[in-house]
Amino acid sequence: MHFLTSNAPFIEPQNSIQKMMLWVLIALTPGIATMVWQFGYGVLANIVICATTALIAEAVMLSLRGRPIRPFLSDLSAVVTAVLLALALPTLAPWWLPFIGALIAIVIAKHLYGGLGYNPFNPAMIAFAILIVSFPKSMTVWVLPQSLLPTGTSFLDVFTPLTDQQAKKALIDAITAATPLDEMKTQLNLNKTVEEIRTSAVFGNLAGQGWQWVSIAYLIGGLVLMYKKIITWHIPAGLLFGLFIISFIFYLIEPSIKPSPLFHLLSGGAMLGAFFIATDPVTAAASLKGRFIYGLLIGMLTYIIRTWGGYPEGIAFAVILINMAVPLIDHYTPPRVYGHK
Amino acid sequence: MKLWRFNGGLPSLAEHKNESVHLPIETAPVPKQLIYPLGQHIGSPAKPLVKIGDKVLRGQKIANAQGAISAPIHAGSSGTVVSIADHLIPHPSGFSAPSITIQTDGQDNSIEFKPQPDFRQLPATELVQLIRDAGLVGLGGAAFPTAVKLNTQNKDTPIDTLILNGAECEPYISCDDRLLKERAHHVVEGIEILLYITGAKRAILAVEDNIPDTFTSIQQAVAQNGNGAICAVQIPTIYPTGGEKQLIQTLTGKEVPSGNIPADIGIVSTNVGTVYAAQQAIIEGKPLTSRIITVTGEGVKKPHNLEVRIGTPINALIDVCQGYTKHADRLIMGGPMMGFALLNDEIPIVKATNCILVASQQEVITEKQAMPCIRCGLCASACPVSLMPQQLYWYSQSDQLEKAEKLNLFDCIECGCCDVVCPSHIPLVQHFRYAKSALKVQKHEKHLSNIARERFEAREKRIAREKAERAERARKKKAALQKKPAKEEIEAAVSRSKAKKTPLEEKD
Repeated sequence: MHFLTSNAPFIEPQNSIQKMMLWVLIALTPGIATMVWQFGYGVLANIVICATTALIAEAVMLSLRGRPIRPFLSDLSAVVTAVLLALALPTLAPWWLPFIGALIAIVIAKHLYGGLGYNPFNPAMIAFAILIVSFPKSMTVWVLPQSLLPTGTSFLDVFTPLTDQQAKKALIDAITAATPLDEMKTQLNLNKTVEEIRTSAVFGNLAGQGWQWVSIAYLIGGLVLMYKKIITWHIPAGLLFGLFIISFIFYLIEPSIKPSPLFHLLSGGAMLGAFFIATDPVTAAASLKGRFIYGLLIGMLTYIIRTWGGYPEGIAFAVILINMAVPLIDHYTPPRVYGHK
Repeated sequence: MKLWRFNGGLPSLAEHKNESVHLPIETAPVPKQLIYPLGQHIGSPAKPLVKIGDKVLRGQKIANAQGAISAPIHAGSSGTVVSIADHLIPHPSGFSAPSITIQTDGQDNSIEFKPQPDFRQLPATELVQLIRDAGLVGLGGAAFPTAVKLNTQNKDTPIDTLILNGAECEPYISCDDRLLKERAHHVVEGIEILLYITGAKRAILAVEDNIPDTFTSIQQAVAQNGNGAICAVQIPTIYPTGGEKQLIQTLTGKEVPSGNIPADIGIVSTNVGTVYAAQQAIIEGKPLTSRIITVTGEGVKKPHNLEVRIGTPINALIDVCQGYTKHADRLIMGGPMMGFALLNDEIPIVKATNCILVASQQEVITEKQAMPCIRCGLCASACPVSLMPQQLYWYSQSDQLEKAEKLNLFDCIECGCCDVVCPSHIPLVQHFRYAKSALKVQKHEKHLSNIARERFEAREKRIAREKAERAERARKKKAALQKKPAKEEIEAAVSRSKAKKTPLEEKD
């Protein structure tokens, strides 16, 4: 009797990209829920706009490039990129901001570089960086957390159809503010001390009011990813340790004008970046040692940008810059192979 | 005993042992034909000692070892040699190779065996020779001549530890398990022989911890034997812990340096089936003509553990298992992780065959859509030799083979762990096999072109040298012609003319 042949191993694969991406999305839900709780439903609108745009852009690009559409669309990688971008955008951003962002992420940062697996830069962070450079005003206006909204107002008030532009502007001013990182930076530039600045209502016990809980929710989601072995501890630990150690050193030197390590760890995109963005395997270093170094460099660079750079938050730029260093890191950090010294 | 942990591996690999593990070893009937590929071991193929028409007996040597690394082949039953020609051999590419075919006569007459129950009366070198004459090769799958492995008497590093590999980590296979369960005493006796030959201080027989019953029977056999140097150990069931290097690491914490063999660090490691064969070869005087294999999978009606004559065509064993089921889809020799698919079932069992897996479509996932590598690194985490398969893949698919080699491509043991964990379903091992063979071809071609270049350069040099020598000779000759004649010849001519003139004058 004759048989067909094929190559070993003859075993059902244990993983799929779809399964991994699905777990990333599941692990993001605590963070998303906390965002909704603290900042209202705007984040969901961002997610819907980003995801829809990303999926359509992905399908169009795949067909333009003559690639099979179904397996690549159903791998959920475009959705993960879209959601990560959506989470980094202001919750009350105008509709075109997530739309343009998702287009940049999928068309430019992903497919123009060769699609899944070939992009050297994190697509969500490229989109974020282009948006913040191009539309700084829209990108920095955040709604106040629920607890700080003036009585009688809601985050939905931005949608109130007011013909009086003056009144509308006043209302928006009342319910929005700079992020805690932004506020800290602006006030420090006005020669105030950290202690003085932190008396402002936008700061909580740990970091920014509202933001601190979102950060902790991302941390919990990240631990789920580690438990499910979707990510290893190396990048998050490297990033958080890098951010911690450098902020701790400067905090020790000048505690009056340098915020504490805890503030840095629980502000802005540190937790989201550590567990969900820097861990994007395509753009990260390959070996475990390399990944720790990769994370470490992002953490330290984030602090440098936050402290001495022009932008209040540095995660996006740090990730992109260290993405560029990945081939170098890979070159110097191969693991020791069995039987070699 | 302290155990170590190798990197990665697959702790949660489905074992599929239940299909066959409870089945006692049965002896397969003598088939009508026995087919012996001459190159069924590592090293030079054996050289036929018989011609067509010769009558042979069971145990008769029909092909002799050729060169230092080789092994002889013995007839598995009595009969007539009917052909010495190319026959399909067990090979992933479906090759044919020179083979001896014997038509059996059903008598199963054998030669007279020469038992050596008091093996300690003989020197180790003589026992090694007996093992070589018995045609022993590694029965775990590598088929390396056992005598070469045991020939450690003149090595710099004395052998300290003998490792007996009973870690049958491939799914589906249970032949070593059954052997240890049913014939533990023979195996322990075989261990004593190998201890005597190698001079090792201790012998460790290792089995995975998923076969506690078998472990108990081993322990009983060891206790009855009473040799304090032999100990039995259970090790965690993690594929590929039965790989030689992984087992050595698990038991001793030592790594075999890349490019070396275990003997270089004072270890000899051998499969338990081989130890049993050594016991048979020395104590009973029987050369290697049969082995135990597992025939299993959803593609056969009744899985079996069988003691078969080496050379038996697979279809004869399928008959023993009451034929194929309608699900039979792939015919695999070896296990599902490292085995290979065969084209047809007329191919014979060879010394290295431990399993025939007739897999169904469900068991063998063949329709996998490979996606691009996302560099997730699951492969690197699973690699038992700590390679970075994602990088090796990147370089081998883009034909940057030297870079892949630099990342130690040749240390890959092709265990398949990376394939199984890859979320992109990339046939990684296949890529690595390709890259390895392409590199070997490249090296060979480079070697050939180097030789050609050297030859060409030598020729050019020789021509230049000869030309220079010729020129030098010509110059010397010319110089000699110019220098010498100038004075001497003028003088000679002068004296000649003087001589001519003088007599004339005298005459005058």
